[in-house]
Amino acid sequence: MSFYQSYLGYRDFPFAQYLDAITESQAAAALSKERLKEQDLLTLLSPQAEPFLEDMAQKAHRLTMNQFGSVIFLFTPMYLSNFCTNHCVYCGFNVRNKIGRRRLSFDEVEKEAAKIAETGLKHILILTGEAKKKAGIEYLQGCVKILKTYFTSIAIEIYPLETDEYGKLIASGVDSLTIFQETYNERLYETLHPKGPKRDYRFRIDAPERGCMAGMRSVNVGALLGLDNWRSEAFFTGLHAEYLQRKYPEVEISISLPRMRPQVGGFQPKFTVSDRNLVQIMTAFRLFLPRAGITVSTRESAVFRDSILPLGVTKMSAGSCTSVGGHTSKESGSSQFEISDERGVGEMATALASLGFQPVYKDWQPMEARGDESV
Amino acid sequence: MVVVINGKQEELTESISIGAFLVRKKLDFDTVVIEHNRRIINKEDFHKFVMKENDSLEVLRFVGGG
Amino acid sequence: MKYEDYLEIGGTKLFSRLFIGTGKYASDALIPQIAESSGSQVITVALRRVDFESHTENVIKHIPKTMQLLPNTSGARTSDEAIRIARLAKAMGCGNWIKIEVISDNKYLLPDGYETVKATEILAREGFVVLPYINPDLMVAKQLQNAGAAAVMPLGAPIGSNRGLKTGEMIRILIDEIDIPIIVDAGIGKPSQACRAMEMGASACLVNTAIAGANDPVRMAGAFADAVRAGRSAFLAGPGASRKTASASSPLTGFLDFGDPR
Repeated sequence: MSFYQSYLGYRDFPFAQYLDAITESQAAAALSKERLKEQDLLTLLSPQAEPFLEDMAQKAHRLTMNQFGSVIFLFTPMYLSNFCTNHCVYCGFNVRNKIGRRRLSFDEVEKEAAKIAETGLKHILILTGEAKKKAGIEYLQGCVKILKTYFTSIAIEIYPLETDEYGKLIASGVDSLTIFQETYNERLYETLHPKGPKRDYRFRIDAPERGCMAGMRSVNVGALLGLDNWRSEAFFTGLHAEYLQRKYPEVEISISLPRMRPQVGGFQPKFTVSDRNLVQIMTAFRLFLPRAGITVSTRESAVFRDSILPLGVTKMSAGSCTSVGGHTSKESGSSQFEISDERGVGEMATALASLGFQPVYKDWQPMEARGDESV
Repeated sequence: MVVVINGKQEELTESISIGAFLVRKKLDFDTVVIEHNRRIINKEDFHKFVMKENDSLEVLRFVGGG
Repeated sequence: MKYEDYLEIGGTKLFSRLFIGTGKYASDALIPQIAESSGSQVITVALRRVDFESHTENVIKHIPKTMQLLPNTSGARTSDEAIRIARLAKAMGCGNWIKIEVISDNKYLLPDGYETVKATEILAREGFVVLPYINPDLMVAKQLQNAGAAAVMPLGAPIGSNRGLKTGEMIRILIDEIDIPIIVDAGIGKPSQACRAMEMGASACLVNTAIAGANDPVRMAGAFADAVRAGRSAFLAGPGASRKTASASSPLTGFLDFGDPR
């Protein structure tokens, strides 16, 4: 059994027709249910649910307050390497883009980590492009060993791995996995990934589950909004999260809502996702999965991020930069996408506090000394 | 000889089979289950098992319960 | 119009979702009438030592032959005892269904989940149709599901208390998360409570004390049958949502109206 089977059940679903036929009273009914089913999620993502946005927001807010309180976890991304063998048409790291390519040496990783640690952050997300020869498992293990001394939680957002490879990284000290399907639309996926290992849709869609099986403590999924119709993408994302949550109740599942941003290569997304749309997605998620985390990155502007805080956000990045070594050096190799919210950690913390939220830098810490096993 | 039946010691004047014992107690074979020395004995075998000194016999039946 | 709604357990199709017990009756002679007015197909019994002095009639004599017998392991305090009783019950030749009841708490009669799981693992492997009685504990229910139980039977309230669905929320979670049938057992005191359990999505209810202790047990059995049917129909019909107008203390989406930069 794999989520792919669930996807297949809906792959040829007539979304446009179905969404069109939804009535306002169906939307109202979905909104007032205590436990939402798949159809209810889809209903809340329909245009007919838009008039109820404020109601959805109020309910999402109440649920979030009950489940998570006024706490927002902060983390920052660290790009280790932007070498990449893929040809993803929408990404700044596309192998065909003529950009400065860089991979941090262990020394540089240490310097970067130290700089970030000064901000007080304890949770870090490390990212790489897909280039196993440049940034393979051993390199990553080496980086994680260093990062362990600075951070108590290390998440990875890299190319999909086999279960045992996730296991190796977990043994080294990784505890969280982020991996976006980009688009759940299988046919579209192929056109967006014309060449390179990322072209394997099935391998990628099963990656979050492999992470769960290997023992990741938390797993984060999402779709890059704008590539396809956001209503079906959000629906599939919700289904994927629910599948993982149901099958691996011991894993913390969360959802990200990355919206396409300008990047080198100038790819123009086919679909626009307005702020209103994003709010609808976020609140629909919160109602569908009261216990799933929602992560919002610095793709979004400061003003927008502050405004959506009460609607279900549980984790935010701060002090971000999407270029390799960008925390320490100016010539850092090109960025993956343009940041919108440029606030540093201190600034974010102050802003959160003023809005009535408690910024948290550290959620937990592993008890056993991990990473001492020679793998 | 002394045997234990349903947890109580009983004196048997002679060694008899389980089947004969049940007949003596006027119990219908179909309405009881028997455990002889911790082994369940099937109805068909009641006559085959003869009780010996210190044997333990459990004679049980279905009663009302929730 | 007749809807074919049945509950399948151990390969048997049950059209009545009310299970009844045989305990606590003033007289076993009531049982055939109770069985009839309840319309039940499943009935529980217990296993006890024969009392050689007083020859009470075998309870089986009063139970219609068409009913499925569900012996329980009452008296067992450990999994070993439960397994022993189960095997003895099976040897009676009335089928291989067994309700596992492992209780070493004489104050509340609350079951021991750990021992219940152990007994289920072994008995399921031996081919029994196992219906374990438990506190509504999701983790225990999952273990039982994995062990091969045919259903789980969470209590609504302690045995004999007739307090209704005190554990309602937890039962609801089981209904949502467990794939095998959820049969609410123990604590149901009134037909309305059984109705509510079925409305929530329970697969069946087991009622003993509330019927046996009623002034008119035969009539009460009929009332429970009606209640279980009503609750089940309501569940299948899919109740419409009650629209609650959200009280907007202060609007959370007002910021969206200030021009959409995108």
